[in-house]
Amino acid sequence: MRELSAAAATTETIGNPTINISIFGAFVLVTLAITFRASRNNKSAADYYAAGRTITGQQNGLAIAGDYLSAASFLGIAGAIAVYGYDGFLYSIGFLVAWLVALLLVAELMRNTARFTMADVLAFRMRQGPVRTAAAISTLAVSLFYLLAQMSGAGGLVTLLLGVSGEAAQAVVVTIVGALMIFYVLVGGMRGTTWVQIIKASLLIVGAFVMTVWVLGKYGFNLSSLIGGAIESGSQAVAEPGAQYGLTGTTKLDFVSLGLALVLGTAGLPHVLMRFYTVPTAKDARRSVVWAIWLIGIFYLFSLVIGYGAGALVGAEEILAAPGAVNAAAPLLAFELGGTVLLGIIAGVAFATILAVVAGLTITASASFAHDVYASVIKKGNVPPNGEVKVARITAVVIGAISIGLGILALQAGLNIAFLVALAFAVAASANLPTILYTLFWRRFTTQGALWSIYGGLIICVGLILFSPVVSGGEKSMFPDVDFAWFPLNNPGLVSIPASFLLGWLGTMLSKERVDEAKWAELEVRAFTGIGAEKAVHH
Amino acid sequence: MSEPTERRLLTPDEYEEAQASPEFMELKRRFRAFAFPMTVAFLAWYLAYVLLSTYASDFMSTTVFGNVNVGLLLGLAQFVTTFVITHVYVAHANKRTDPIADEMRDRLEHHEYAHRHHAGGESEGATRA
Repeated sequence: MRELSAAAATTETIGNPTINISIFGAFVLVTLAITFRASRNNKSAADYYAAGRTITGQQNGLAIAGDYLSAASFLGIAGAIAVYGYDGFLYSIGFLVAWLVALLLVAELMRNTARFTMADVLAFRMRQGPVRTAAAISTLAVSLFYLLAQMSGAGGLVTLLLGVSGEAAQAVVVTIVGALMIFYVLVGGMRGTTWVQIIKASLLIVGAFVMTVWVLGKYGFNLSSLIGGAIESGSQAVAEPGAQYGLTGTTKLDFVSLGLALVLGTAGLPHVLMRFYTVPTAKDARRSVVWAIWLIGIFYLFSLVIGYGAGALVGAEEILAAPGAVNAAAPLLAFELGGTVLLGIIAGVAFATILAVVAGLTITASASFAHDVYASVIKKGNVPPNGEVKVARITAVVIGAISIGLGILALQAGLNIAFLVALAFAVAASANLPTILYTLFWRRFTTQGALWSIYGGLIICVGLILFSPVVSGGEKSMFPDVDFAWFPLNNPGLVSIPASFLLGWLGTMLSKERVDEAKWAELEVRAFTGIGAEKAVHH
Repeated sequence: MSEPTERRLLTPDEYEEAQASPEFMELKRRFRAFAFPMTVAFLAWYLAYVLLSTYASDFMSTTVFGNVNVGLLLGLAQFVTTFVITHVYVAHANKRTDPIADEMRDRLEHHEYAHRHHAGGESEGATRA
């Protein structure tokens, strides 16, 4: 550990950049080859957006895990547990339990009703133009928040692992990552993206498993002694609730708010919902969620060990002092355990993680724009064959460019990625989930209710974030020098999620719009029986 | 583009007929009878965990053995219940809702809900046709 701090002090990097880069390069080469193979079958919109609906339940379960276990799950949660102990554990639990909402209420019904995007369901029995536009806007908002978090993680990793220092050089690396992601999406479409996610999920879970066994081995496979180690390096507080959020009444409320956003966010994440459209039937959608829940749950159990392991073996102070701060816990632990080689592997996995997630986000956001805004609203459905996919590809490039820009801006922020992702969850839970549930289960729900809920949830949520200590007024704010914060909570979920449910109800009750009974019948019958659901494309 | 056209072949009448059928009511009832109470239950259990961690930290810090306390065990219990609920749901869907859904889908594909509307007055149906 002493050697490590010396290395960190002098060069600000750990391990051997050449090894780190070559492992990452190997991943890129393999996935590129697969992407090219996958692209040969990309002909129609269903191919590009939904991998021809030919992904099996098991494959999709792995891909969902690959899509969901972002840098937030790998780097962020491990860091939060390493530094704050018990309070960091909440992320794992919230991120996992959230899947039950998706499994029980959303996944199969959405799979049966939609073609490509979330808006397909939300606009099903409403006025198409306004609802599709609203759903596309909230899809873009959630995806951009999520992208910002991932890119910020990439920035920290670059500094730590590749021996790149100086803002210009880091910007170049972020640009390379972004360009790669655009390439995967353009060439491989959903099929290529799916395979990148499957490979990444496998690598990530194996990597985390190795680290978990290694850490536990050091403590005689005894969780209690591991926590003892973490207490010894840190303090008794890491084993107990409240190290991060127990300070005042406000921070306690913040913890509850975070917990609510985590558990209700997943089922409203557009890039997660879109994965359900890649399987042939609703039964496969169910199967894929079961796989995902097991893989994600087991991974989070690993991350508990990795987090406490990093707290015990590396130490919280060391972690916070490293470039990338709290997000550096897992890579530092890898170096502590297995030296340069394990660090190289874990670093490669972390990059692969970021790459796969941003590819999934990009294809979702571009599909939403091309399918919902361009094809349905602007062109009113009169698009030449493959015109929609062309627009989706162009949008992917634009979104890729935006996220590169955001990544460069986020390089210096040093915020926990899991925390940033939790904000994306809050936006998803506020803007999307109420409308999804009302659409599927409430006959009386109207266009006005949908619009009030989507726009209201989105505006309240983003507005409260803007005026929270995350953005200004605090030491750790994005703009610490100015103070326009008046909302005390870091996560707005506690206010914005109930507000959005309320607005959806109120908007419906106050509108004179008649329920479209024919469309409601079609939606219900299709959702529950699977009649008329999109089938797999056979070439 | 090889879009399936079959989904447009069902008429609005067929959907409304299917929606009003007793078997569909039963399918919906079975779905809701499981999914809604279960959702309330796991959300309540999860929120109880979050609230206990926040406002009863002394209780959650009570040591059970070694350095393992009540909070950690309840947290791990959240994992266990999530896995269990997942499998209970799958069993419920396979046994209770899938059979109805599969049968209805089959009948819809054969347009068996198309003429039910006129079952009471066949002559009227015939003159319309």
